[in-house]
Amino acid sequence: MGINFDLEKCVGCGSCVPACPFGLLEIVDDKVQLKEGCTLCGACRDACAYEAITIEVETSPESRADIDSYRGIWVFAEQHRANLKNVSFELLSKGRELADILSTELCAICFGYNVTNTDLLFAYGADKIYLIDNPELADNQEDYLTYQFVELIREHKPEVVLAGATALGRSFFPRVAAILNTGLTADCTGLDIDTEKRLLLQTRPTFGGNIMATIICPASRPQMATVRPRVFKKVQPDTGHKGDVIRVDFKPDNFQTRTMLLEFIDEVTETVKLEDADIIVSGGRGLGKPENFKLLEELAGVLGAALGASRATVDEGWIPYSHQVGQTGKTVCPRLYIACGISGAIQHLAGMQTSDIIVAINDDPNAPIFEVATYGIVGDLFEVVPLLIKKLKEQ
Amino acid sequence: MNIVVCMKQVPGTTQVKINPETNSLVREGIENIINPFDTYALEEGVRLREKYGGKVTVVCMGPPQAESALREAISLGADDVILLSDRAFAVADTWATARTLSAAMKKLASYDIIICGRQTIDGDTGQVGPELAEMLEVPFVAYVSNIEEIKESYLRVRRMVEEGHEIIETSLPTVITVAKEINVPRLPSLRGIMKSKNAAITTWTIADLNVSPDMVGLAGSSTQVIKIFFPQRVHRAEILEGDLDTQVDTLIDRLKGANLC
Repeated sequence: MGINFDLEKCVGCGSCVPACPFGLLEIVDDKVQLKEGCTLCGACRDACAYEAITIEVETSPESRADIDSYRGIWVFAEQHRANLKNVSFELLSKGRELADILSTELCAICFGYNVTNTDLLFAYGADKIYLIDNPELADNQEDYLTYQFVELIREHKPEVVLAGATALGRSFFPRVAAILNTGLTADCTGLDIDTEKRLLLQTRPTFGGNIMATIICPASRPQMATVRPRVFKKVQPDTGHKGDVIRVDFKPDNFQTRTMLLEFIDEVTETVKLEDADIIVSGGRGLGKPENFKLLEELAGVLGAALGASRATVDEGWIPYSHQVGQTGKTVCPRLYIACGISGAIQHLAGMQTSDIIVAINDDPNAPIFEVATYGIVGDLFEVVPLLIKKLKEQ
Repeated sequence: MNIVVCMKQVPGTTQVKINPETNSLVREGIENIINPFDTYALEEGVRLREKYGGKVTVVCMGPPQAESALREAISLGADDVILLSDRAFAVADTWATARTLSAAMKKLASYDIIICGRQTIDGDTGQVGPELAEMLEVPFVAYVSNIEEIKESYLRVRRMVEEGHEIIETSLPTVITVAKEINVPRLPSLRGIMKSKNAAITTWTIADLNVSPDMVGLAGSSTQVIKIFFPQRVHRAEILEGDLDTQVDTLIDRLKGANLC
């Protein structure tokens, strides 16, 4: 496995240099030279008109045959207190697209106890549900989820396995991948298929959202990814779409569990949940002090909106973490996001920029929030918001 | 208690620039720092030692220049530091990184609690901690915001999830990842700075670890980056015009048009 440069063929034209996404190539004395850090991505080989670059990736016939024995797309259907999370439906909606491209089946994998509305998994596109129903699974005990999931994958060999990039997904999926010796791509915001090679193209933000990277897992299976919630849109559910429910017998005694949930403390202080809200009114450092969130609460009340916040206000202790929108908070995608006194750090934008309509209210016309906003009002939020509330109430 | 903290050295900014000629990242002139999330992990390790005794060992995989991060770790209270550095470790994905770290943990032989930051600010994956736990076959808890209690053989923690907090008990040894809510890291002490200057940095290469070369670095990585690009901002805002009254009226009109009020 490696990259080779045939210096006899190399004419030093330099067309490979800009092709390298990592800037590792240079022309020295009319010949190409490679710096350390090559990932064998092949971009330079494709750019070379003289066939001077070759890449050897060992895939033995046995491993090729093994890879070809994996078929089907799986989606982890996450539940909380017996209710399925929206991210499960978003992933099934996207998974349906991918499964159709690959002409393969789409399965939902559901762990829990007396989970309601599992029929919705079919409505959002699943052909089959593997249902693992047991009181021990009600709280998403991660040791159980990890080891049972590994068993299911080993038995049924899906080629792609997806989970939401939630606290749970990002915690137990890496453990599944570690045991299966396969690749896992975190927090994807784009999924596509290379139909020729039957590969999942996984695109994700990195460097806090400043750069996007497309990642593949060419030589091991399954191809695993966690996917950021609220990135893919749910399709219209089709209640006529049905499939098979396969109940998997779960025996807790077969698994070792070393952690135990003692208590759950709810911290959602609002009536409308941020992740599911159609409208979000969000406040930043421009509010000046914690008491001023009251003003936004009033606006949220008039609009039937949930209350969001920037990381700065959460760090200052003005509002609980559960309200935080952004890279280390929640990703949201409401129909309307009203950002008040939020400058728009890239980490905040990463959590809300796919909202349908974004309204920015800020006194700094150069604030980056205006770059993603649909409508902007440059002005003092303490004048704009009260007037907006007044006029909305008059409607 | 044997406390191990995993650390990564990262570029000190996420505001990376592009070289328009080569379409690649500009790495020159960017100072390297300890991954900010790892500073909370180190602080928590030092606090645990202060309360329960024992020692804090920091393990970092990286190029030789990552030594500076480890010297800083000493100034912040680490007792021992180990640099895992070898060309064979380079260009590792999270799986291969966790495999290298797990080989180092096995060489250390004794660990009660391994603490990692919740994610790095360059890769942003948060996967190395849980992968490491599984390779060591020990339990794992992510997003810890408080260590409530440690007894002989178990640890009780509070951790953050979307809907609130969970109180979780886990047997020891264990791997946890910590959120920034867990503490406020201290500044280096003068004594620590003095100590860090002359401290010996242990370096382990692949020859020191019981791991096959095809399990680490690029060779051990199942995932492959095939493209990097810069996200496109699609539109600019319509900045509403007129006096404040007109602006607010226009906004309400626009929202009405979209059936939002």
